[in-house]
Amino acid sequence: MRKIFDIHGGVHPPENKVQSLGRGIESAGIPPVLVHPLSQHIGAPAAPIVEVGQRVLKGQMIADAKGFVSAPVHASSSGTVSAIEHREIPHPSGLLAPCIVIDTDGKDEWIALDPIEDYTALEKADLLHRIRDAGIAGMGGAGFPSAVKLSTRDDVVIDTLIINGTECEPYITADDILMRERADQIIAGVKILQHLIQPTEQTLIGVEDNKPEGIAALRAAAEGSNIEVVVFPTKYPSGGEKQLIQILTGREVPSGGLPADIGIVCQNIGTTVAIHRAVQYGEPLISRITTVTGEACRAPGNFEVLLGTPVDYLLKLGGFQQDKCIRLVMGGPMMGFTLRDTTAPVVKTTNCLLAPTQKELPPPPPAQACIRCGMCAEACPVSLLPQQMYWFARGKEYEKLEEHNLFDCIECGACSYACPSNIPLVQYYRASKAEIRKQQQEKVKSEHAKARFEARQIRIEREEAEKEARRKARQEAAKKKAAAGKDPVKAAQEKAATPAVDPAQAAIEKAMAKRSGNAPEETNEEKLARLKKAVETAEKRLESATAKLKEAEAADAPNLGALQTAHERMTEKFAKAKDELQQFEHAANETPSSGDPAADAIARAQAARAKNADKSPLEKAQEQVASLEKRLEKSEQKLAEAKESGSETAEVLEQSTAKLRDKLDAARAELAQLSESEAPVAAATSTNDPAQLAIEKAMAAREAAAKLSPEDKAKKALESLEARVEKTRTKLAEAEENGADTVDVLRDTLAKLEDKLTEARKEAGVEG
Amino acid sequence: MIELLTQHPFIAALASLAILGLAFGSLLGFAAVKFKTEGDPIADQVEALLPQTQCGQCGYPGCRPYAEAIAEGDAINKCPPGGEATINALADLLDVEALPLDAEEESVPSVAFIREEECIGCTKCIQACPVDAIVGAAKHMHTVVASECTGCDLCVEPCPVDCIDMIPLPTTVQNWSWELPKPAEEVIVEDLIATDRDSNSSNRNEAA
Repeated sequence: MRKIFDIHGGVHPPENKVQSLGRGIESAGIPPVLVHPLSQHIGAPAAPIVEVGQRVLKGQMIADAKGFVSAPVHASSSGTVSAIEHREIPHPSGLLAPCIVIDTDGKDEWIALDPIEDYTALEKADLLHRIRDAGIAGMGGAGFPSAVKLSTRDDVVIDTLIINGTECEPYITADDILMRERADQIIAGVKILQHLIQPTEQTLIGVEDNKPEGIAALRAAAEGSNIEVVVFPTKYPSGGEKQLIQILTGREVPSGGLPADIGIVCQNIGTTVAIHRAVQYGEPLISRITTVTGEACRAPGNFEVLLGTPVDYLLKLGGFQQDKCIRLVMGGPMMGFTLRDTTAPVVKTTNCLLAPTQKELPPPPPAQACIRCGMCAEACPVSLLPQQMYWFARGKEYEKLEEHNLFDCIECGACSYACPSNIPLVQYYRASKAEIRKQQQEKVKSEHAKARFEARQIRIEREEAEKEARRKARQEAAKKKAAAGKDPVKAAQEKAATPAVDPAQAAIEKAMAKRSGNAPEETNEEKLARLKKAVETAEKRLESATAKLKEAEAADAPNLGALQTAHERMTEKFAKAKDELQQFEHAANETPSSGDPAADAIARAQAARAKNADKSPLEKAQEQVASLEKRLEKSEQKLAEAKESGSETAEVLEQSTAKLRDKLDAARAELAQLSESEAPVAAATSTNDPAQLAIEKAMAAREAAAKLSPEDKAKKALESLEARVEKTRTKLAEAEENGADTVDVLRDTLAKLEDKLTEARKEAGVEG
Repeated sequence: MIELLTQHPFIAALASLAILGLAFGSLLGFAAVKFKTEGDPIADQVEALLPQTQCGQCGYPGCRPYAEAIAEGDAINKCPPGGEATINALADLLDVEALPLDAEEESVPSVAFIREEECIGCTKCIQACPVDAIVGAAKHMHTVVASECTGCDLCVEPCPVDCIDMIPLPTTVQNWSWELPKPAEEVIVEDLIATDRDSNSSNRNEAA
């Protein structure tokens, strides 16, 4: 006899298993509608691979696994996909989740299956692949994808394979009936698992001692194999994976660890059958055995149900009485949850539908204060301190909760069951676990956000720095350009403008000034003064020389000849000085700011241009023609010379001479044109402008007047006045004769003129 | 010298104390230089507790500046995204009184959503996003990368066409969790006495 170990705590609730064991497994048949939730397992939801309106066959994959921890979903009967939408699912939250809805056609038409004769010929990976593609997830209640659980690492040696047939929770008999009716399938599945896992020591099927018929059937089926069926006393929750391992082997799965860490793999009996069917016949997981029980059901029993069958369809088969039922529970009374809507479907983990009456499973009485009795700690199968954890959970002291190994809690509900104050302890732990997980996720998210924020800050700073660097570079370049653009002369002038203190600097400046050509230089005024002085001295000398010459002439001196030559020289010098002065004065007038040679040149050029501008186009043309003629003459001469000497340049010269000739012809033509057009214009200016003539006359008169003496001037004025008076008188007489309008005006002017005349006569008389 | 000290114990004591003082003083000085702490360890710890939404609702430009401000004595109750949990954690860390949140209410976790047909592609929201969670280019439609969005709502205000909504994160089967039950003391109990309850239930059954 094998040694059976005990687990800490545990409770003994009424089993209530007999009600549903009256009949064997019955087929639930094909419901009109199948609802397949995409998430029936732990892990990522499957992704739909069918479209609305598509016909699907029984066993056809309709949603594929997405990610490693995931499982595909298969159509459990043939029909048409009528919708892929959010529907009620069996979940404590009562939330809607995406589902694939199939309207069945009743034909139950299978897809082509791929059975295999000898699975031992298959590689481990191929076997796992078959299990994974069959969509098998733990059917005991948790729904962990079996393929993931079975893909143990190669370096981990598994010594024990345990098949869980405990089914410790009250009311549920799905595994019991399976053992009774399909023990051979279970054993076949276990053999596949043995082949897959290769347990080095033992293969155990653990069954509680409240299922004698099932145990007998299993033992009969396992006859002759190395599979041992181990029976142990009934106690809730010995069906927990870790608890069963402890009961059968005495080993404890470390906190936060997996059974594989201690060399054990554990699978549920229902899962084993599913694996058998998947590997041997290629059938995916499309049905399961579900217990329908409770006093509100007239015909409790076990049904082989197609996955996706709506709960209300199944309940009808069990003789469900809505009015008697206080609440509908999916799962057992200890760990199950209340179903809010009966349209939710049966899924891979639905082992039981419990429809109890008020008397059978009364709603939990109101919770009262904790009396610190410690019954919960006694009941806990994991040896936790539920009471402590309750206080921490209420105080939201999550760190303390973790220190008290909250995550080792299997949420079996034994503590709540044992609590005399009816405190829903498990709910506290579930909420706290969820909160801690949420905080951890938020922490990860916040770390991520922080990293992104910091990366952004760094990026912005870098961009700013780059911008600044570019701006500076541009500034530098502009400065350099400006410095290079200034010519040295200008720079020197600028420097000269600032008072020089440094002697070296002054020297450099001088040198620069010398180089630029306007070295020690007198200003205009100075030059003018100098020239004037020279003229003056020359004049004086000339005068004295003339005086001496006259004296000598008068005295008939012997040095007359010498004096004469000296006088001549003086006259020459005087003329020269005068010339110079005049020239300078002229230049100064024309170029007000001379000094800079360049400026001078510009001024000269401007002056020349101004002169040109003054010239008429005719004159210009004439000049051009003249210069061209000169050039032509020269080039013809050269050409003749070149021809004589037989030089190579003769040809080139000939060409240029021809060109010049052309140019000359063109210039002459222009000149002819211009002289034609100029002639009438000139005539017009000379004859047609009387005003111009009058002005010229007045100017001439003025000039003449300026030459006259004051007496002459007065005389002339008197004469002219007399003449004007005469003229006016004759005009007046004419006007009076004609009776013209101007008579009055003429009279006025006559009077005025006569006044002026008398005045002028008086003046003349005084002076004369 | 030794004679002087032996003859005048007071001087001996004074001298020995002075030597000791010098020795320990230099030791402490050395330690202060050698084991100097880099950065601000308190601000680092505070920052680790903040939710890093970078929303600026505390009045500081990001979580790090607020952490530094807290380390220098600012109030710990200015973080609406963190809510009560963050305030409690900060109170624990800094050993100060936990204050009620200095805001109307805790901000609900949400993500920004751009109504894409209304987006004019102005890139203002992109510049405002502290975690670069918005993609798009000038004159092209923008969109929010929901998994990166912290829900800080800093992008909502700059949008010239008001095409950004803050959508509270929906509760799904994946993120749903059990709620903490109300403490027994707070639940109003009617049928506490067992006999009352029994009679009530039987009455109810008869009525049914």
